[in-house]
Amino acid sequence: MIELKNINKYYNHGTVNEMCLFHNFGLTIKDQQFVSVVGSNGSGKTSLLNLICGSIPLDSGSILINGSDITNMPEYRRQRRIGRVYQNPAMGTCPNMTILENMALADTKGKPFNLLPGTNKQRIGYYKEQLHTLGLGLEDKLHVKVGVLSGGQRQAMALLMSTMTPIEFLILDEHTAALDPKTAEIIMQLTDKIVKEKQLTTIMVTHNLRYAVDYGNRLLMMHQGNAVVDCADEEKNGLDINFILEKFNEISVECGN
Amino acid sequence: MSIILGVLEEGLVYAIMALGVYITYKILDFPDLSVDGTFPLGGAVTVTLILAGINPLATLFIAFAIGALAGCITGFIHVKLKVRDLLSGIIVMTALYSVNLRVAGKANVPFFNVSTIFENSLVNRLFPASLSGVTVVVILAVIVFVVKFILDQYLKTRSGYLLRAVGDNETLVTSLAKDRGMVKIVGLAIANGLAALAGSVYCQQKGFFEISMGTGTIVIGLANVIIGTKLFKRIGFVKSTTAVIIGSIIYKACVSFAIFLGMEASDLKLITSVLFLAILVFSNGREKKVKA
Repeated sequence: MIELKNINKYYNHGTVNEMCLFHNFGLTIKDQQFVSVVGSNGSGKTSLLNLICGSIPLDSGSILINGSDITNMPEYRRQRRIGRVYQNPAMGTCPNMTILENMALADTKGKPFNLLPGTNKQRIGYYKEQLHTLGLGLEDKLHVKVGVLSGGQRQAMALLMSTMTPIEFLILDEHTAALDPKTAEIIMQLTDKIVKEKQLTTIMVTHNLRYAVDYGNRLLMMHQGNAVVDCADEEKNGLDINFILEKFNEISVECGN
Repeated sequence: MSIILGVLEEGLVYAIMALGVYITYKILDFPDLSVDGTFPLGGAVTVTLILAGINPLATLFIAFAIGALAGCITGFIHVKLKVRDLLSGIIVMTALYSVNLRVAGKANVPFFNVSTIFENSLVNRLFPASLSGVTVVVILAVIVFVVKFILDQYLKTRSGYLLRAVGDNETLVTSLAKDRGMVKIVGLAIANGLAALAGSVYCQQKGFFEISMGTGTIVIGLANVIIGTKLFKRIGFVKSTTAVIIGSIIYKACVSFAIFLGMEASDLKLITSVLFLAILVFSNGREKKVKA
């Protein structure tokens, strides 16, 4: 369970450009909840993810995971339990290392990075099996450098790599935004499959309202640092995309967009 | 013949240091100037230890360890104190100048008639004295090969993978729940350890320590790495480490050739820099052509 309590976050604090993003913001995400987060630009979606992951500091408030306070835990320590996929497909893989090396690297997460061989030969079969589930034929290109793969292939690998070791939370930061519609669809279905199989607690930021309605069991619409729509389970199942679109237009009009 | 041996000798000595620069410059993308201080640091430590009667082979390991420590300091300044990469190197390089003087005692320390890795009873028994030039090259080749072999193996370990990952994509290292700063410090430690090891070998071969021996080390190192990696970029089966070693020898050959053409020995650093500039410009120009 993730709990955010009384979060305050200002940008350019103490200057004329001061901007309040979150003011006494609170949010609780239960285990195995799959939350889709939508909202206009600057509404605090990505900042929310960055605060949870520790990529940016918060001004006051606290963040708890399963009841223990992680507010002051450095980013890299939090990542032990978190898998994160970024909007930019290049962020989740090492371009100058081969597919096999990347898989091995991801597989070592949570274990000591010592002087044992980087690639465990006995795991190659497992990696091939995992790559096969992507249906992109990557299992036959193990010694190809990831840098030559397409964005969609890299993003699929990034998703696989971030969920390979046991994690509790999956953070998806517009992870289909840079992909063509067909590839985006494949990645989205794959995401849903992995989330269900591994029973992960998931937060997905997206600009695709249909994905937000179709996937997950809770929907948040963010606006000026607040959740203007928050519905879960049955309530969310009854949601109509037109209602969301209307609501979205409402907040956008307010902003003058 | 003696020119070729001379090229191989110096080329191989600097190849050890260049392997370190390969880690910082190519893998970590960190322009580490501290090698200008750690190269003579290795020499200063070596002369002091050898004159104190320590086994010359052991001095190699001690020089590596002390160089690695200096590398950790550069890393600490950069990662923990958040000083820019170039400045961290400059700070350590400058500080080491005084440290080296302290360690060696004075600016110029010759040591003759003591046993070194090149001159000891075992070497004298194995190789006839008439082949002394060849002997030095053979011993250097063995050292370089051992260093290259260990480095190649290291880069295939989990820790080595992480080192490569940090230069490739820092965000991924964080995603793997690892502190990227620590990985950088490890890389800088290895690189400066190798620079100090090269300095130790250099002094043992020349038979003296000289405080200014480190000036321009980084330029030589970068030139070696860039020549090697550019030259062998298209040839897949040549490992980067091998390419760097060959690059070192080619670079030294170019410098020797310039001196052979009538430049003075005092022009050495000038030649070093101009050649390095030529390499940079040449490799840039070629890249542009390929793109167009």
